[in-house]
Amino acid sequence: MRPHLLALLAKEPAHGYELKQALEQTFGSAYPSPNIGQIYVTLGRLEKDGLVRAVDVEQSNRPNKKVYYLTAKGRESLTAWVEEPTEGPRVRDEFFMKLVLAPLTGIADRMALISRQRRHYLSLMADLNDLLSRTDPRDRVAGLLIEGAMLHLQADLDWLERCQEDLA
Amino acid sequence: MSAVLKAVNLVRIYSGGALPVPAVRGVDLEVEEGEFVAIMGPSGSGKSTLVHMLGGLDTRTSGEIWLDGKRVDTLSESAWAMLRREKVGFVFQFFNLVANMTVADNVELPALLAGISPKEARERRESLLAALNLADRADAAPAQLSGGEQQRVALARALANKPSVLLADEPTGNLDSRNTRDVLRLLGEVHKQGQTIVMVTHDARVASLADRLVSLFDGQIVDDGRIARRRTGTAGEVIDLR
Repeated sequence: MRPHLLALLAKEPAHGYELKQALEQTFGSAYPSPNIGQIYVTLGRLEKDGLVRAVDVEQSNRPNKKVYYLTAKGRESLTAWVEEPTEGPRVRDEFFMKLVLAPLTGIADRMALISRQRRHYLSLMADLNDLLSRTDPRDRVAGLLIEGAMLHLQADLDWLERCQEDLA
Repeated sequence: MSAVLKAVNLVRIYSGGALPVPAVRGVDLEVEEGEFVAIMGPSGSGKSTLVHMLGGLDTRTSGEIWLDGKRVDTLSESAWAMLRREKVGFVFQFFNLVANMTVADNVELPALLAGISPKEARERRESLLAALNLADRADAAPAQLSGGEQQRVALARALANKPSVLLADEPTGNLDSRNTRDVLRLLGEVHKQGQTIVMVTHDARVASLADRLVSLFDGQIVDDGRIARRRTGTAGEVIDLR
């Protein structure tokens, strides 16, 4: 979450709760809502590393709030994050290990494993369909995120079929 | 619950070539009224052959097919064609619209053939075309439409006679994601209204609308079960933003 907070702070100084709201508004329903505790812990670490600094702002009838802003070092770190190439998804597939290893032990049959997994993927897809239908079509960021997840699932299903053709 | 569609030990062997090729090897399947069944499997697993036989577009080598409690595989070709007009809707990857008829007439025709009144046929056509975002294309000829639009007209046509069962073979094979969304919405709606659907598809979004998934492999059913609905409310399990 560090670079995400740096990016939001590069736009304008903010306190922790404002950052939480900004994340939620930008990513919409597709993004698992960040927990405020996590945000404060991350801000604390960024401050310790000199990437952000905080100033206390007085509020009437309330305790002071800490408003964070980006330092020059923070901006450098943000630029480096934006410019470095992003790793693609890696195949770290637990299911594939089951598929290859379980039949060797006689615990499970490959066809049954593949069939169960296929239904599991479709049930995830059904969730995404529901989520998409509940998402405001004007919210393009959330829509694209869900669509991306759907395309990944479709690829997983196609790959499952390949496994079935070659291994089963 | 009664089975709308039933196959008993259904077999199809193609014997045109040097060696007979078994495409479907003993399929037992019962589809309940209102059920949405998705059929998936690798190419060559017999999916298309199965759904073609269920609709009488391919002949079985052996076995039985029952539609609305009536055995249909022993009917004469013309008797089955008559029954099909009333009880079956078809939609395929390559739509077969009548070229010299308007979109509206293409959609109304099966309803009229099935004996529905002209007034009701027109109302049904209007609501189907509206649901598929095609209301303004009613007077066009099929050749004036894009592939995606033609596919949606084919779906509207298949539903026009309120069939006992809608059979579909890769109905979104030609559609981009926006057109697919309209088709998905209509399928979801008619299913909610009680339409029985049996659909062959590779498209996981379409398949995930189904209640039940039948997996075919090498001409046989290797899996047949419900698609669980979890309704967790977030996509956290699938989407993991870091």
